[in-house]
Amino acid sequence: MADVTTTEHAAPAADAPGHDEHGPGEHGHHDLGFWQTYVFSVDHKVIGIQYAVTGLLFLLFGFLLMMLMRWQIAYPGEAIPLIGAWLGDERAPGGIMLPEFYNQLGAMHGTIMVFLGVVPLAVGGFGNFVLPLQIGAPDMAFPKLNMASYWSFFAGGVVMFASFFAPGGAANSGWTSYAPLSVFATTGQTMWLIGMIFLITSSLLGSVNFIVTTVQLRAPGLSFMRLPFFVWAQLVTAFLLLLAFPPLEAAGVMQLMDRVAGTSFFLPSGLVYADAPWEASGGGSVLLWQHLFWFLAHPEVYVLILPALGIVADIVANNTRKPVWGYRVLVYSAVFLGFMSFVVWAHHMFLTGMGTTMSAFFQTTTMIISIPSVVILSALFITLHGGSIRFTVPMLFALAFLPMFGIGGLTGLPLGLSAPDIHLHDTYYVIGHFHYVVAPGTLMALFGGIYYWFPKATGRKMNDRLGRIHFWGSFVSINVVFMPMFIQGLAGMNRRMYDGGAQYEMNAEVLVWNEVISVGAWVLGLFQLPFIYNFFHSIRNGEKVGDNPWNATTLEWQAPSPPPHGNFAAPPVAHRGPYEYSVPGAARDFLMQGEPDPAAAEPAKV
Amino acid sequence: MDIPYIVEERADTGLNNVKLGIWLFLASEVMLFGALFSSYVLLRLMATEWPFGVDVLNVPLGTLNTAVLIGSSVTMVMAYASLKMDDFARFRRWLGLTIVLSLVFMVVKGFEYNHEFDIGNFPSTSTYLAIYFTMTGLHALHIIGGVVVNTYLLFPGAKMWKTNKAQFTNRIEAAGLYWHFVDLVWIFLFPVLYLL
Repeated sequence: MADVTTTEHAAPAADAPGHDEHGPGEHGHHDLGFWQTYVFSVDHKVIGIQYAVTGLLFLLFGFLLMMLMRWQIAYPGEAIPLIGAWLGDERAPGGIMLPEFYNQLGAMHGTIMVFLGVVPLAVGGFGNFVLPLQIGAPDMAFPKLNMASYWSFFAGGVVMFASFFAPGGAANSGWTSYAPLSVFATTGQTMWLIGMIFLITSSLLGSVNFIVTTVQLRAPGLSFMRLPFFVWAQLVTAFLLLLAFPPLEAAGVMQLMDRVAGTSFFLPSGLVYADAPWEASGGGSVLLWQHLFWFLAHPEVYVLILPALGIVADIVANNTRKPVWGYRVLVYSAVFLGFMSFVVWAHHMFLTGMGTTMSAFFQTTTMIISIPSVVILSALFITLHGGSIRFTVPMLFALAFLPMFGIGGLTGLPLGLSAPDIHLHDTYYVIGHFHYVVAPGTLMALFGGIYYWFPKATGRKMNDRLGRIHFWGSFVSINVVFMPMFIQGLAGMNRRMYDGGAQYEMNAEVLVWNEVISVGAWVLGLFQLPFIYNFFHSIRNGEKVGDNPWNATTLEWQAPSPPPHGNFAAPPVAHRGPYEYSVPGAARDFLMQGEPDPAAAEPAKV
Repeated sequence: MDIPYIVEERADTGLNNVKLGIWLFLASEVMLFGALFSSYVLLRLMATEWPFGVDVLNVPLGTLNTAVLIGSSVTMVMAYASLKMDDFARFRRWLGLTIVLSLVFMVVKGFEYNHEFDIGNFPSTSTYLAIYFTMTGLHALHIIGGVVVNTYLLFPGAKMWKTNKAQFTNRIEAAGLYWHFVDLVWIFLFPVLYLL
């Protein structure tokens, strides 16, 4: 196996498409039929695309919920135009949104964006599609578990979506589902918990699969320090999902018991609800829920950000035509980040009265975890220095990611220190901070990743002009949405206000931004239309490209586009590190990982 | 290209896929039960009153169940060893006995639950009973999962022995690792809930 070389990338580009069903790597699955090929598929690429498309649809749905909320925040008490009449009397009588419905929208926006949108796209979509290709594997280690993972995710999504039609509507206790509010809440909360258990099962199956695949299925010669940074990012992410999600599952089971079996895990003694003592044994702890929730939800932030960093590293190296600066530093930082992310969770709880000793500990760890994040970001910035940058569409998104994630990260520092957090806690500043990390940050990177790997998945490129319209429109409007939130938050304006904060006199000066932000959000929505059109139109009508349209180095570009079942024509062998761009003395400005060294036939070490 | 290292070990990691996969799964399970044990500690520390398990639960029955479950771990090892010694008939007897012992555990647990319900002890009665029922209930679900997997491996799944002995033996090893873990959880649950 060690002496197998590949000529795939040297093959003429016109040869590349059409590998789909009968490629040379295929091994005996001739007549799978429609259902097994496209729906109940065990092929990692199909599952990756299923994850990505489902995730994108949920992102759109979650965004639509927010666009509705922004109407109520900007114009409290006014009827929602156009769609207001369709929402029904139990949600918006006469088109005017009820507070109960506003709360559902808020809780479900967060839940959907995090658990059904970004993570499925970043981990389920990109991880499933790209990771096995980048390590030169024929598939994931456990293809059937992989399919089960997707369908468990899908079931969780259906339950979450259906909860809008439950009596009393969807979950309305915030995406954090803090007890005891969530224990008293309507049926939607029970469905939220059941949906979460499906999603946690899905993530468990997926993360085991990712780790085993990365450890076991690397191509010969692809040692750990030759892995593309994207693979490292996914590996660390998988460990976070594997170890951080189960405590939330335990917490979910306990909250389910509180709601269904009448236990009091999260209910303290002597609770009064709706002017009557709440019938329960009491003796529980509301803080216990918060601890268990944030034990997952803080590592979850790194689950959201690490795959994005991986995508950006690949795109930046490819488009600066330079190796990523400080590859080993990046890897060690990502691993350190993964470890540290388990000991920072209670910085979300400085104001709960858990005690100053606890706060002191968690603000220290929080300051420590900012170091590897800054190191990674700095390394990516330094990579730009002296590069001959190609401003392709993926690169535009990657370049936007860097400062946006920087703003998101730096604005987090005051929140991580318990003293300034007293002022900023639960204000729009927190929303601004978090969204800068995830929306202009991670989502920008994910869009870049879609433009970058779309040719690998389809054999065609997405339209460049539409891509640029999508980029510039989104980039400007997304900043209009989130930058004013810092102003509002610093002025002390609370989040989760049904009337957009108008009930507090102190907010009067910053209320004007509500309308600006809302218009920004709707414009941002409009600028997604070119993307949606581009995405579906380019599947069949995009410009045909060869196997390696970006002149990239990593192993996935050695497979045919789209890769057939089994991925590679011949088992690939890695001969060098992942980012060998502009190597002095080389004939081209990139050396692919799978190309044998022209000078010396280096023996592949496993 | 077929997926490599399903049966044979990869040279540089010394593992096959299934073995690494099952250990990772168990790591995740440790976090699941770890969260529940931590919750138990926290709830008990802040409780104004907390009964001694000895006063509420039936310790002799719990001890019996502990012995049954440890016994089932032994029979599981014997089943795996029989396959290693290439004695399929003996394997079937040992794995069958493992399943029988698991069912004995469930029946005893059922009697215990029933008795609690009879005397009016429900999950909603006190936080102690809430965590008792939640933890043992989740553990019982794990037992049921093990019984389902082991029954599959005893009957329809055992066909693989004829076509691929090595892979089937690996499967029994993985099922065994899971079963020992479920046993181990009980060995923590028993003193924590019954004796302390």
